[in-house]
Amino acid sequence: MTTLKATDLQIFYGKHHAVRDVTIEIPENRITALIGPSGCGKSSVLRCFNRLNDLIPGFSLDGEVTFNGENLYAPHIDPVEVRRRIGMVFQKPNPFPKSIYDNVAFGARMTQYTGDMDELVESSLKRAFLWDEVKDKLTKSGLSLSGGQRQRLCIARTLAGDPEVLLMDEPTSALDPVSTEKIEELMLSLKTDYTIAIVTHSLPQARRISDVTVFLNTEERGSDGIIGYLAETDETEVLFENPQLEVTKAYVTGRFG
Amino acid sequence: MAGKTNQSSLDRSWRNRRTIVGSIMTTVAGSCLVIALVPLVWVMGFVTVRAVGRLDLDLLTQLPPAPGLEGGGIANALIGTLMVLLVATVISVPIGVLSALYLSEFDQGGPWTRRVRFATNILSGVPSIIAGLFVFGLMVRSGLTGYSAFAGGAALALVMLPTIVRTAEEALQLVPQDLRWAALGCGATRFRTVKEIVLPAAAPAIVTGVSLATARAAGETAPLIFTALFSPYWPENFREAVATLSVLVYNFASVPFTAQQDLAWTAAFILILVVLITKILATIAVRKRQ
Repeated sequence: MTTLKATDLQIFYGKHHAVRDVTIEIPENRITALIGPSGCGKSSVLRCFNRLNDLIPGFSLDGEVTFNGENLYAPHIDPVEVRRRIGMVFQKPNPFPKSIYDNVAFGARMTQYTGDMDELVESSLKRAFLWDEVKDKLTKSGLSLSGGQRQRLCIARTLAGDPEVLLMDEPTSALDPVSTEKIEELMLSLKTDYTIAIVTHSLPQARRISDVTVFLNTEERGSDGIIGYLAETDETEVLFENPQLEVTKAYVTGRFG
Repeated sequence: MAGKTNQSSLDRSWRNRRTIVGSIMTTVAGSCLVIALVPLVWVMGFVTVRAVGRLDLDLLTQLPPAPGLEGGGIANALIGTLMVLLVATVISVPIGVLSALYLSEFDQGGPWTRRVRFATNILSGVPSIIAGLFVFGLMVRSGLTGYSAFAGGAALALVMLPTIVRTAEEALQLVPQDLRWAALGCGATRFRTVKEIVLPAAAPAIVTGVSLATARAAGETAPLIFTALFSPYWPENFREAVATLSVLVYNFASVPFTAQQDLAWTAAFILILVVLITKILATIAVRKRQ
């Protein structure tokens, strides 16, 4: 079963052609890792899946992006609705300057949640492995937490909106190893209920947690700088142990990037 | 070693040209600083000395005396200033803050942002008497309101508007982009993002900017002289000419009666005090946020 799918995706920022010819699938209830050197457009591709790129002036796209078979860029699609179903966790933990409770509740209120808010906040925080650390200080500011806790708060906030897919854009690159490990554990526990796509700079991380890996590479393109393209995608184990392409092998063994 | 005989002493020498030029320049720069501070201290000191004799309860409760009489106060001008400021803020704050919101949150670097920024820069450079003249032509001469607190407030609103647009836009720009992305990533609409995340985060800075603009406007005289005009009586409504502190200073300072002159100095003192206190409160508020 495929949840998200990109076909012949081309990404432009203004006149700059940033990413070309990406055809990938993000399968349901699995973790898909997007890896590749800087500038390969892995974050750009990720943001196409919940239309966050719409916010960047000059962005345009060609090709097709579908969610459960529906074209996300069809004219009748409401990007706000898309983002409610496909949540995003950012590189830099970005809780709102509100209380811990209100941070989580914000995610739920956006989706017109009408049930018991206290219960939802608690269950979201529990799912994000944060409840025990914050249950006595829910009224404290989200900004009073440590970096790792903040990121788990952001995950709880996204979960409270009850999305089907979690997109994570280098969620641990600003965190220490202990916090990183907690978030990785958390992702593994979430994949039974959610489809997860994660952009990561860390090859060991991709290897530890993902089921499928997408390797995007860069190439020189005349005077217009570099362009990202899809090099290879496969089951994580195959991609790391037995890649088809020489360039993939060079990248996953750390010879460049 | 051969080089050792050449080695100069490390002691500071007052005959060295570099040392002499250095000390002279330091002295010149220091004196300029003192010269720059003198007028400030002088103005404040002078006004305070002239005002201190009249800082009493009558000042805040009485009308100005008739020419030739003693005592009296500037209560009508205090109320009048508050009235024109009320009109000015009611007009300029919503327009200014909403414009800034549009520029910062909905147009984001589009063609209108550049145009409106250019226009506000021009408007803030326009001498305030032009704002008065404009409102005089638009509202007073045309008979729309006549000389009134309304007209005075409208003129002050013109003076305040560019400052408010600019400070509010700066405040909104200071809200980290991450927060907008976070809210939109949660599935918030642009409107809710602005209303629930961006605006609350920028509110303290906007309030600070608005209060500074208001305090500055309180001291403006030129836009009020021929819009709010002046009145020796109690203000009764917004449709009549009212006294204001700044126009009172202008009128009373040049009359040959001591009681009026004293009131002018005291009104000037109060204006300085208002600007000073607002500035201090704003600074404290900003520091608290950091």
